[in-house]
Amino acid sequence: MLAKIHITLKKDVLDPQGSVIANSLKSLGFDNVNDVRQGKFIELEINSNSKEEAKKQCNDMCEKLLANLVIEDYSVEIEN
Amino acid sequence: MKTHVIVFPGSNCDRDVAVAIQNIIGSSPEMVWHKDSTIKQSDLIVVPGGFSYGDYLRCGAMASTSPIMKSVIENANKGVPVMGICNGFQILIESGLLQGALIRNSSLSFICRDIIIKPTNTKTIFTNKSKISKMPIAHNEGNYFANSNQIKEIEDNDQIAFQYCDENGDINAHSNPNGSINNIAGVFNKSKNVLGMMPHPERAAESIHGCDDGRNIFESLLS
Repeated sequence: MLAKIHITLKKDVLDPQGSVIANSLKSLGFDNVNDVRQGKFIELEINSNSKEEAKKQCNDMCEKLLANLVIEDYSVEIEN
Repeated sequence: MKTHVIVFPGSNCDRDVAVAIQNIIGSSPEMVWHKDSTIKQSDLIVVPGGFSYGDYLRCGAMASTSPIMKSVIENANKGVPVMGICNGFQILIESGLLQGALIRNSSLSFICRDIIIKPTNTKTIFTNKSKISKMPIAHNEGNYFANSNQIKEIEDNDQIAFQYCDENGDINAHSNPNGSINNIAGVFNKSKNVLGMMPHPERAAESIHGCDDGRNIFESLLS
């Protein structure tokens, strides 16, 4: 199975990289960009008997290593 | 005093801190490779600065899962003094020994220069001889963050170790190099036997360094 994990900064954490990207987009003429938040995307292949089991394991991986829960939120999608 | 310095792939301040411990504390530290699994008895464990594991995923995240960290955590929980400097601070945060997070500097630049810090709590084993001190910082991710509830908790429990300040000891936005909340440069755990700090006292520990203000942290550990 393929797990797709998005890791994003929590809303109350400043994202200076996102702000710089937003400014660069504006300078390219994308005036309608209001806010940019940069995150991480992790794809991993996992052997599992069920999607539920795979998702549970990926949540555990995020809690233990992949995300820092003080500053980041995560979401997991499992595909066959 | 029996002292230990942990060495990870990518540590680069391990020898500097060993020299400072040798010169100031008078103990020849045992250098412990991160794949070792136990530290039996110690009076001080230092997690030094550097770029362990190339800062993959998040600074300190990979190193926090190294075999030796289990023993560092066990020792810390028994009350052994543990000190993390720069990347060592990031590793202690990732291992859960210290609260908060260290994120990208607000300027998005690597900062390498002298700064001034002021001890916020001088009643600890690490800071009882501390005063306003000049020492270098050298980091890209030193911007201390914790949410408002966590900040209140660490403030109420006197867990702030050092804050960035100016020559007069005033803590203000101008003296904050990296965007850290409340100018926080270092924090303790709840029982104050674990210290994490971004500035490098071992790089300001003898006159040949141009400044020896960093000595007071090692001297505090002696008393």
